[in-house]
Amino acid sequence: MNTATALKSEVTWQTLCSKADLVAHSGVAAWLASADTQVALLYLPGLAPEVYAVDNHDPFSNANVIARGIVGDIKDEPVIASPIYKQHFRLSDGVCVEDENVRLRTWEVKIEDEQVMIKT
Amino acid sequence: MNMPTPPNAPRLIVIGNGMVGHHLIEQLVELGAHRQYAIIVFGEERHPAYDRVHLSEYFSGRDAQSLALSSTDYYAEHGIELRIHDSVTAIDRDANEVVTESGRHPYDRLVLATGSYPFVPPIPGNDREKCLVYRTLDDLDAIREAAEDATTGVVVGGGLLGLEAANALRGLNLDTAVVEFAPRLMPMQVDAEGGALLREKIEALGVQVLTGRATQHIEAGETSFHRMVFQDDKMLETDLIVFSAGIRPRDQLARDCALEIGERGGVVIDDHCLTSDPAILAVGEVALWQESIFGLVAPGYQMAKVAAATLTEGDATFTGADMSTKLKLLGVDVGAIGDAHGERTPGARTFRYLDEIKQEYRKLVVSSDAKKLLGAMLVGDNATYDTLMQYYANGLELPEDPASLILPSSDGAPTLGPDALPETATICSCHNVTKGDICATLDDGALDLASVKGETKASTGCGGCAALLKSVVDHELEARGVEVDQSLCEHFAHTRQELYSIVRVEGIKTFSELIEKHGTSSGHGLGSSSAPQLGCDICKPAVASILAACFNEPITNAAHVPLQDTNDTFMANMQKNGTYSVVPRIPGGEVTPEKLIVLGEVGKKYGLYTKITGGQRVDLFGAQLHQLPDIWGELIEAGFETGHAYGKATRTVKSCVGSTWCRYGVQDSVGMAIHLEERYKGLRSPHKLKFAVSGCTRECAEAQSKDVGVIATENGWNLYICGNGGMRPRHGELFATDLDDEQLIRTIDRFLMFYIRTADRLQRTSVWRENLEGGLDYLKDVVLDDSLGLGDELEAQMQHIIDTYECEWANTLSDPEKLKRFRTFVNDDGPDPDIIATEERGQLRPA
Repeated sequence: MNTATALKSEVTWQTLCSKADLVAHSGVAAWLASADTQVALLYLPGLAPEVYAVDNHDPFSNANVIARGIVGDIKDEPVIASPIYKQHFRLSDGVCVEDENVRLRTWEVKIEDEQVMIKT
Repeated sequence: MNMPTPPNAPRLIVIGNGMVGHHLIEQLVELGAHRQYAIIVFGEERHPAYDRVHLSEYFSGRDAQSLALSSTDYYAEHGIELRIHDSVTAIDRDANEVVTESGRHPYDRLVLATGSYPFVPPIPGNDREKCLVYRTLDDLDAIREAAEDATTGVVVGGGLLGLEAANALRGLNLDTAVVEFAPRLMPMQVDAEGGALLREKIEALGVQVLTGRATQHIEAGETSFHRMVFQDDKMLETDLIVFSAGIRPRDQLARDCALEIGERGGVVIDDHCLTSDPAILAVGEVALWQESIFGLVAPGYQMAKVAAATLTEGDATFTGADMSTKLKLLGVDVGAIGDAHGERTPGARTFRYLDEIKQEYRKLVVSSDAKKLLGAMLVGDNATYDTLMQYYANGLELPEDPASLILPSSDGAPTLGPDALPETATICSCHNVTKGDICATLDDGALDLASVKGETKASTGCGGCAALLKSVVDHELEARGVEVDQSLCEHFAHTRQELYSIVRVEGIKTFSELIEKHGTSSGHGLGSSSAPQLGCDICKPAVASILAACFNEPITNAAHVPLQDTNDTFMANMQKNGTYSVVPRIPGGEVTPEKLIVLGEVGKKYGLYTKITGGQRVDLFGAQLHQLPDIWGELIEAGFETGHAYGKATRTVKSCVGSTWCRYGVQDSVGMAIHLEERYKGLRSPHKLKFAVSGCTRECAEAQSKDVGVIATENGWNLYICGNGGMRPRHGELFATDLDDEQLIRTIDRFLMFYIRTADRLQRTSVWRENLEGGLDYLKDVVLDDSLGLGDELEAQMQHIIDTYECEWANTLSDPEKLKRFRTFVNDDGPDPDIIATEERGQLRPA
C-alpha cells in the first residue's frame, strides 16, 4: 500500500471489529452502523489482500447469509459461494460468476494493530 | 401421452398377461401400435404381469407389488384395456370373437400369450391335499398356507424350476428335499461331474437330494402328512409336496378352435409368430416353433418383438433362440452355453477343469480343430460365462490354448476385450442390443453410459451384462476421442474415490496438505503470488467428508471449519431466510415424556416453529445464529445429542413399535433401531444415510425405501439395501436373510464402509448401487463372502468411527473459541433486523 492512499484513507477508515473476530479461510458478518447495513468479512491469511468485505445480503435469496458461504477460487479468482442457492461472487468486485448483471457491493478493508478497518 | 385410438380402429386382443404378454404390450407401445389398434388384454390371474423369474423372493420379503413389471397406470396411460381376473374360455374363429367369463369380445387380430402350466407326473395320490405346484403368486400363497403347520417339504423335480421351488420352501423354513427322476440334478444343463458337484453344494445348504427316484404313489404318512413310495419300496415322509417337473404349453384354447397343434403340444407358429390362422399369433411358452418350445423368458421376449412387428407391418422374423443360461440357484452358480453336453457336433472335443476344494467345475466343448467354442458348462462359478458366451455367440476364434479360458486366472487368463467383439455381438440379450446398436447410439451423440442405457435399454433387464456394457461404451468412447473427465472439480484431477485412497494411504489429515500435494496446480497459486489454491464449494465439503470418514476428528476443529457447508459449520439446517432449524437426535423415534416436554419448552422459549419430521423426530425452526448455543445448552442439559440433520451423515433410524407392543411384531424393532442409531450416529458419508427397522413383514417402518432397511423375521432379520424415497423412489433390494443381531451389524458395517469408500460425491446408495459394476451379486460377494478380503479392514474402520464419536454440539459448547462463530454480528449483539416473522396456525413463520 503506497503512502498517498494511506494518508487519504486516514480520514475515512473506521474500525469494524478485531482481527480475532475473523475466522481464517471463512467468513463472519459485521454490522456497519454508518451505512445501516451488514457486511460479510472474508479472511484469507497468506493472500494479498487478506481480508475482503462484501454485502452480507444475498440478492438471489434475499437473506443475509453471504458470510456463511464457502470461500474458494474459480479460475484463480477468489470467490464466495452463497449458502442458499450456491451462486458464486468474486471477492474482488462482487460480480456474480453465474450472472454478471448481479453484483454485491464491496468495501476496502485492512488489518491494522489487530483491528479490522473498513473504508466508507 | 394418451392419444385416443381412432373410432373403428381394428381390435387387437391379447390373451395372457404374463411376462411375455406384457413385453408384447411394451413393444406395441414403443411402435405406437396402441394408437393404431384398440387393444384389450385378458389376464386370468388376480395380478397384472409380474416377474416370474424372481418368484422365490416372494417368500423372502418381496410382495406382489414389488414384483410387478409395470406401474398400475401403465395400461390406462396408453389407452389399453387390461382385464385381469377374466379368463378366456373359448375362441370363436367363425365370428372372430373371444368368449370370456364376462362376455363376448370381437377381434380383428388375436395374440395367444397363455404361457404354460406345470406338469404334474401321473402318480397315484398326486391329487391329495397339500400336493401343490409352483408357477403363480396364487400357487405361492397356497404353498405358504400349507406350510403353516408343516415342518418338511419335498419338491418333485430337480431341474431349474425344481431348485427354484426348493429355494422357496427353504424360505418358508421347511426342511426341504428334492426328488429327481434322472440320475442327477439339472440333467438338461449339466453332466455327471457337474451334477455331482451341484448336489454336494446343495446338500451343504441342508437340502436333501434324492436322484434316480421314481415316485410310485403318494399316500397318507405316519409321522407326516404324506408318504411318498419309490420304485424300490423306499419311502419318504413329508408334510408338503410341490411338483415342479417341467412345463407344458397351455394350448387348450387353440386346440378347441382347431388351430394347428404340435404332436406333443404347443401352437405351431411360423417365423412371424403367425399360427395356422393368419389373424391369430402366438408368443412365449405356448408357441411351438420348428418343433421346439422355448421355456425361458429371453426367447419369449424375442417372439414378442417379432409379433409386435408382424402386427404393425414390420418384417422381423423369429429365427430360433439360444438356450444358454446363467443362473444362481440356491446361491449356486450354474451356467450352460450352446451344446454343453457335446452331443450335437460329431468330433467335438472337451476341456474340463474340476476343483473339489473350491467346488468349481468348468467344461469347454470345442470343434475338432479346437478353433471354435461349441458349448460350455459351469458349476460353482459363473465368472467366465460372459467371455465364453461371446466366443460362442459370435463364432470367435479361440485362443491357442483354449484351456486357459477355464483355468484359474492367477496367471492372467486372456480376457476378451471389447475391441475383439464384432458389431453383431449381442451385449444385452434381454433387450437384444448388439455392439453395433451401441455404436450407433454413440454416433448419434450419446456421450455416456447413462444415455446409452436410456436409448437402447441395454442392461436394464437382468443387468447381467452391466460390466460388459460399460467396457464396450468406455472403449468406444475412447476410440471416438471422447475423454471422460472424472475430475472432482478444477482443483483436483481425481475422482472422490481416488482422493479417498490418497487420504488413507498417505495419512493426509487436512485439506491444505491434500491440495498442496495433489491439487491441479500445486506450486503456482492465485495470481502472481505463491499462495496455494483455496479449493471451492465442491472439493472442500467432499474432502471434509472423506477426512471425517477416515479419521473422524471433530468437524469443529479450526482446520476443518472452513471446509464445511454452512449447515455443518453451524450444525443446524439453514432455511430460506437465513435462520436455522434444530433437530436433536431421538434414536429410533423413542422419546420420554420428560424430554418431549423439554423440546416443547425450548420451542416456546425461543419462539420456534415446531414440526414432526418424516424421520420420527422434532424439528424446531427459526433460530438465529446467536441463539443456537443457548438452545443447545438447554437441549444437552436435558440429555439430547446433536441429530446430524444438517450433515451428509447418518440421519435417523425409523422404527415401528415392534413386538414390545404390537400383536403382529416378531422382533423388538425399536430396540434394534436404537442400537443401530447409537452405533452409526455421526458417521459421515458421500450423502445422507437413512435407516429403518420394521418388526414384522407388514413393514410399517417402510424399511424398503431406506439406504439400510431391516425387517424382522421369525428367525432374525432380513436386510434390504440401497432403497430410496424422495425424487427417485427405489425399492431396497433383499441383501441377506435371517441374520442374527451380530451378523446384521457386521453386514451393515461392511456395506456402509464399502459405500463410503467407493461412492461418488453426493451419490446416494441407490444411485451408487445402480452404477456398481457387477451389481448386487458383486456387492454380495464383497460384503457377505469377503471376496476382496476387505471385511476385517472395513469393520475396523467402522469401529474407529464408533469409538471416536463425540456430540459435536457438546464439543462446541465446551470451547469458547469455537463458540465465537455463533454470532449474528461479530460487533453487535442485536439480531438480524431483516428477519421478520408472522403468525400462522398459532406458530411463527417467515413473513
